[in-house]
Amino acid sequence: MVALTINGEHVKVPGGTSIMDAAKEVHINIPHLCYLEGLEPYGACRVCVVEVEGERRLIPSCIREVSEGMKVHTHSARVRHARRMLIELLLANHPEDCFTCERNQKCELLKLAYEICVGDVRFEGEKPSFELDETSPSIIRDPNKCVLCGRCIRVCHDVQTVRVIGFANRGPETKVVTLLENGLGNVECTNCGQCIHVCPVGAIKERSCVDEVWTALEDPKKHVVVQEAPAIRAALGEELGLPVGTLVAGKMHAALKRLGFDVVFDTNFAADLTIMEEGNELVGRITGKIKKPLPQFTSCSPGWIKFMEHFYPELMENVSTCKSPQQMFGPLSKTYYAEKTGIDPEKVVSVSVMPCTAKKFEAQRAEMTDSGYQDVDYVLTTRELARMIKEAGIDFLTLPDEPAEPLMGMYTGAATIFGATGGVMEAALRTAYKLVTGRELESLDIKPVRGMDGVKTATVDVDGLEVKVAVAHGLGNARKLLNETKAGKSPYHFIEIMACPGGCVGGGGQPYGFDMAARAIRGEVLYKEDKELTLRRSHENPSIKKVYDDFLGKPLGKKSHKLLHTKYTKREMT
Amino acid sequence: MERILLKDVDIPNLCEIDVYIDSGGYKALEKALKMTPKEVIEEVKRSRLVGRGGAAFPTGLKWEFTRKEKDEPKFLVCNADEGEPGTFKDRVLMKNNPHLLVEAMVIGGYAIGANKGVIYIRGEYFEEIGRLNKAIKEAREKGYIGEGILGSGFSYELQVYRGAGAYVCGEESALFESLEGGRGCARERPPFPAQYGFMGKPTAINNVETLCNVPAIINNGGEWYSRIGSPASPGTKFFCLSGHVNKPGVYELPTGITLRELIEEYGGGVKGEFKASLPGGVSSSLVTDTDVKLDYKSVADAGSMLGSGAVIVINSSTSIVDVAKSCIEFFVRESCGQCVPCREGTRRANEILGRFAGGKGKVEDIDLLLELGEVMYDTARCGLGQAAMNATISAIKMFKDEFMGRVES
Repeated sequence: MVALTINGEHVKVPGGTSIMDAAKEVHINIPHLCYLEGLEPYGACRVCVVEVEGERRLIPSCIREVSEGMKVHTHSARVRHARRMLIELLLANHPEDCFTCERNQKCELLKLAYEICVGDVRFEGEKPSFELDETSPSIIRDPNKCVLCGRCIRVCHDVQTVRVIGFANRGPETKVVTLLENGLGNVECTNCGQCIHVCPVGAIKERSCVDEVWTALEDPKKHVVVQEAPAIRAALGEELGLPVGTLVAGKMHAALKRLGFDVVFDTNFAADLTIMEEGNELVGRITGKIKKPLPQFTSCSPGWIKFMEHFYPELMENVSTCKSPQQMFGPLSKTYYAEKTGIDPEKVVSVSVMPCTAKKFEAQRAEMTDSGYQDVDYVLTTRELARMIKEAGIDFLTLPDEPAEPLMGMYTGAATIFGATGGVMEAALRTAYKLVTGRELESLDIKPVRGMDGVKTATVDVDGLEVKVAVAHGLGNARKLLNETKAGKSPYHFIEIMACPGGCVGGGGQPYGFDMAARAIRGEVLYKEDKELTLRRSHENPSIKKVYDDFLGKPLGKKSHKLLHTKYTKREMT
Repeated sequence: MERILLKDVDIPNLCEIDVYIDSGGYKALEKALKMTPKEVIEEVKRSRLVGRGGAAFPTGLKWEFTRKEKDEPKFLVCNADEGEPGTFKDRVLMKNNPHLLVEAMVIGGYAIGANKGVIYIRGEYFEEIGRLNKAIKEAREKGYIGEGILGSGFSYELQVYRGAGAYVCGEESALFESLEGGRGCARERPPFPAQYGFMGKPTAINNVETLCNVPAIINNGGEWYSRIGSPASPGTKFFCLSGHVNKPGVYELPTGITLRELIEEYGGGVKGEFKASLPGGVSSSLVTDTDVKLDYKSVADAGSMLGSGAVIVINSSTSIVDVAKSCIEFFVRESCGQCVPCREGTRRANEILGRFAGGKGKVEDIDLLLELGEVMYDTARCGLGQAAMNATISAIKMFKDEFMGRVES
């Protein structure tokens, strides 16, 4: 342990602790900008500087470790003065469009400027006029707002190991770029959107389709249907004044109806459907009826899919051919639903609400047109839906709980846990057990695959067959399992990969933040809903039985193959 | 006046190994290899040699710190990325006497326990790069580099690495980043290079001129060296005299000679009337007192720094505002862009000084510049940002009337 004093108070912390962390022991949260918990400290903004007796200069507290006998002052006049000047310098260059900025009310720079009392910007400054990067269907980057804190680069490199952005140039020309400035849409970007979460300002945002959705809703000739991913119900409330960990499934359906959607379905239905297809595929691979390699990888995370197509195309055959729930729902909304109701599928506008920025990309993939139309027309993020609810003046908190339309809206507990890391695995095992043994799995909670560990493994006894499974969330974590598989050394039968840390509850379209504790809580909310639902196995969902009886035939059948399965494309490395 | 490093510089073809050996070259290496590494370090410590790149850190101590580290392998890196405006001294050494540096690098490697040395050289020094590579090849052929040097158990490899033109890569931690293939951006310290340098390994990094003192120290003893020049920082120093002087150039002189002596006796006097000098290049503060002794301590006591010895002389026809503006422009361009105070501070200072230069200054901006300078000194990650405002601040303090004269009425 290292003993030091901070603002005169004695503190003992383990060696290697940063001054910033040590200060928390004396109830001081040192203001900071480029530092973000969960990322390596970078020490470039210098906002977190403190005074250390005996040092000639101020010391960045995020990156400097404590030492024995150190005497630290966290808010001396010299420190406060320097912090103000540093923020003043950043503001001198920053566009003054706070009113219309995506990060209005959620901007760390604005908050910091207020909190550390920057009174005036005394520098003329220059407003940069860089070109926006609008090449991606998911993410827009505005380098003019960038404060060069490097958080997006750190999350892309260190957490996701995708490494498509980096600093270029030097001095005033420094900017975050993609290779040859080709733009996110033309590099290996997986569209995971974790960069959005870590950006302290409005320099990275989703490509919004709020206006397009409003236009569709107002068009009397259109029939607009909507689906919402499992993770939305665990996070939407946060954007609308509720604490983290509030399940808002009923209010979410109610709000969507009031926004004017013609029919409100639920992606959870399609998640159950995914399990039917994917569970059967897994059993087929294990029994040898399907001549494809093991382990089978899940395919519902479009960030992971694009990552695989770029970085691990040799594992393409291992990836389940099942479309993601969003993309199973899409074609069904323009075939099954249209047929049932006699609505001209041409008039159907299929909207999804996703916790995910990569879903915007996925919906636009050329192969996602099996209904004869673009299967999913518009993808809204959790944040975009929240803004629409606010724009419409819907008083979310007083809304009644309302169900989704059962035809494609009824769901089981197995579906709702799709939103948390490990959930797809657990859901699939519940059904696969039944498929293999003909009996129901007694103990439904497969706890080893739950929680926030980066890689989780379990062995499930299926009538004497030891089914080995693994789960990874965050692409950096996924690499361990992928490299093992690539080397032919994977002991697993089934592997779930989610691109985002925490799974979909931590998706790029969720309420801003890189707080893993909050993501864990959202996941727990979904497990709680699962526990409380009467039906907890996908194959028990009456609407699923109905869609097979009335329309699809059987899992992995001809119609399923056409509408619910897909293929992948090897993508070039830039 | 006695020269140490440039002693043999007039001998024709000194850059050829046979000529170098004939003039006493590689004798120091032979001697050093018969000493223990610790004895070599002790000898350097006795000389009280300090770093000639600007920071004036005691060289023997730096070597001792590196040697004491347990982590392996260790590296010796020579900082030959001479980029400070007005500095052109290392070039003279590398061009005329490359073997002196090679010999020093082998001795240094032996002393700190490194089997690998790298000379990180400014990219534009084409001729010097060629000469150093040739010298290394010759030294290898003669057995001064390679396996079991001169029958000792010491093996050493030496390599030249070309920089890509960024001034900041002369900053030691940015240099390591560049050497490792990264962006030339300064690292946070601690950890210092002695613990965490090139490839994260214990590294001693020394300036060309610093290293080139070592063979003479080994040959003649540290005691001998410590009696040359100013007692506080003994030895000779290369002064790169430029600006408004009649005979600009590189002069190797004992530390402690006065600025006046340098200008009058060696530089042929000022062109015009003396106004001020930047004794350590654009990173240093102005001095107006020509009686200041040119050694590290005396210049620091006068409120400036000797730095790498780039003495720039400014005459009375020059506007100090323009000098400050010109200095800061350099730093705007050369900031690595990583930390806020340097990246943003330099350009805001440039913006304000631009207004003064154009006669549109504001009175309140004078204090703002001083304030900015303080914050940059206090918070910038590396020496570049910390020192970027030195010239400006000293200009304001010494010649405030010139700034007031550029205020918009």
